[in-house]
Amino acid sequence: MHPFGVPIGVWINAFLTLCILSFLYKDNPFFRFAESLFAGMSLGYYIGIVTENTLRPNLFRPLAQNFWGNVLLLIPMALGIMLYFRYIPSVAWLARIALAVYIGYYVGVYLMQKLHGDILFQSRDTIVSLRAGGVDTLWNIIVMVGVFSVLIYFYFSAEHKGALGKVSKLGIYFLMISFGASFGYTIMARISLLMGRFSFLVNTWLRPIISS
Amino acid sequence: MRLWYAFIMIVVCFNVWFGSDALAVEIEDFAAQDTPSDGGQSIDLRWVATGRGKVFILRSTARDSAFSVVGEALASDGAYTDFGVEEGVNYYYRLGWMSGGDTLQTHTVGPAVAKSNWFRKYRSNALVTTALMFFLVITFVNRAKKGHPLYIRRIAGLSSIDEAVGRATEMGKKILYIPGILSLSEIQTIASLSILKHIAKLTAIYGTDIEVPNKDPLVFSAARETVREAYLEAGKPDQYREEMVTYLTYDQFAYAASVTAKMVREKPATNFLIGSFFAESLILAETGQAVGAIQIAGTADIPQLPFFVTACDYTLLGEELFAASAYLSHEPVLLGSIKAQDVMKAIIMVVVGIGIVTYALGSEFIKNLLLTR
Repeated sequence: MHPFGVPIGVWINAFLTLCILSFLYKDNPFFRFAESLFAGMSLGYYIGIVTENTLRPNLFRPLAQNFWGNVLLLIPMALGIMLYFRYIPSVAWLARIALAVYIGYYVGVYLMQKLHGDILFQSRDTIVSLRAGGVDTLWNIIVMVGVFSVLIYFYFSAEHKGALGKVSKLGIYFLMISFGASFGYTIMARISLLMGRFSFLVNTWLRPIISS
Repeated sequence: MRLWYAFIMIVVCFNVWFGSDALAVEIEDFAAQDTPSDGGQSIDLRWVATGRGKVFILRSTARDSAFSVVGEALASDGAYTDFGVEEGVNYYYRLGWMSGGDTLQTHTVGPAVAKSNWFRKYRSNALVTTALMFFLVITFVNRAKKGHPLYIRRIAGLSSIDEAVGRATEMGKKILYIPGILSLSEIQTIASLSILKHIAKLTAIYGTDIEVPNKDPLVFSAARETVREAYLEAGKPDQYREEMVTYLTYDQFAYAASVTAKMVREKPATNFLIGSFFAESLILAETGQAVGAIQIAGTADIPQLPFFVTACDYTLLGEELFAASAYLSHEPVLLGSIKAQDVMKAIIMVVVGIGIVTYALGSEFIKNLLLTR
């Protein structure tokens, strides 16, 4: 079906986009319909994604093909099922074991990632040259002062008074300047998302209608 | 035009002249061996080359046949790491290059077998730092458990939590608590649940309505436990209702649309946006501000902090979120961890400070100590 030369899918897409955008005026039945449809469909979609991309290739298929060779997969499967035990009051405590394993695993993984990727890496990069010459030296001093003052701001073991208070205040200024830069940068990215949606409405939906 | 043709001819001659020179490659001392200190995912190739051409890396699991190209490198590089190997398999290698229309190859080297190593020596610095951090955390946690007072300064945003709950109570409206969009694998979400417990206790005491809409199923489950426990600890288990903690959807923007609609329809007096957020942060915070709610945010996601700072009344910046959860819960484990992190920060500042001074004096010793590979 191509009403006015535009595929029906594009019509539905444009209608739902306009329904969502109508929220900018005020809450209305069209927005409520699109919102409920979006939430419900996305939930169903993710159930499908998890089944197809996680459960089937990583659990069901290996077990079906070689059960005893992949018997260890029963452990994560059991942990996953245990999460649902919270709905059975007599064994609800078992759900906590599954949660504990899940959290413990990720804490271990992230510990090394953060340490190796962030802390050591950034500490090394903060060791800047104070003899780089000219403007570079000035920038390096700004980097050094910025890192130290922000670290002092995030020092919680002492009240920020006196000299410590002044340095931590400097840290806040550095943070706010970086937030300002980050704000502008991210807004630019969001504007491009908005342009993408309007490009769809104008070029994919409206233009063929006007042309036909 | 003639000049142009002449220029083209010169360029072509130049290319042919130096191009043929580039193909004149000779390879010596070609060798293949397991990459040391790795997880068994790669094999290192080394050679000594004369000439500046390109060489192709040929690999096979048999000594004399079935070689195929798996990569290429400049002969002058003298090294290549093959990451496309499986652990425990024998691999044979040759180098190949083009010379005057012919394909030349080195002799076969191998077998080389990728093996995983127990210890990655390049990460010794990470091991030492982890051991130090463990020592500090265990020390301070034990001190906290034994009742030694561990001082943590009060964070400005925390004073406003009581105010915000009080405001919702006075207005007779609900509190919306949004625990971020990531799962329990994210430490911010765990800190958020700790703060949720404190707030739920307050709402139980004051009899204020609270709603916690969730995106992640595991967080939803944990948040229900948290709120239920809070009401139990506050001595008001009868006031707890399962509907206080709801599940919306797993999609980021569908979740954002549902929560913003909830804000507009139900006009909560107070919104807490505490946890890990991404692009939905400004959508949520701006809508909350538009409906006149007092908003307290907290996240360690640096790109989202500017949005919370501009659209919320109070914001817990980065690590303040974790400190806040420790401060509010008075859990010895959390207090000890925050204290250990402070000591670690001081140590890092000293190391970096010494590093800057020694680097200025011409020594790269400290800088190399922190090298990550």
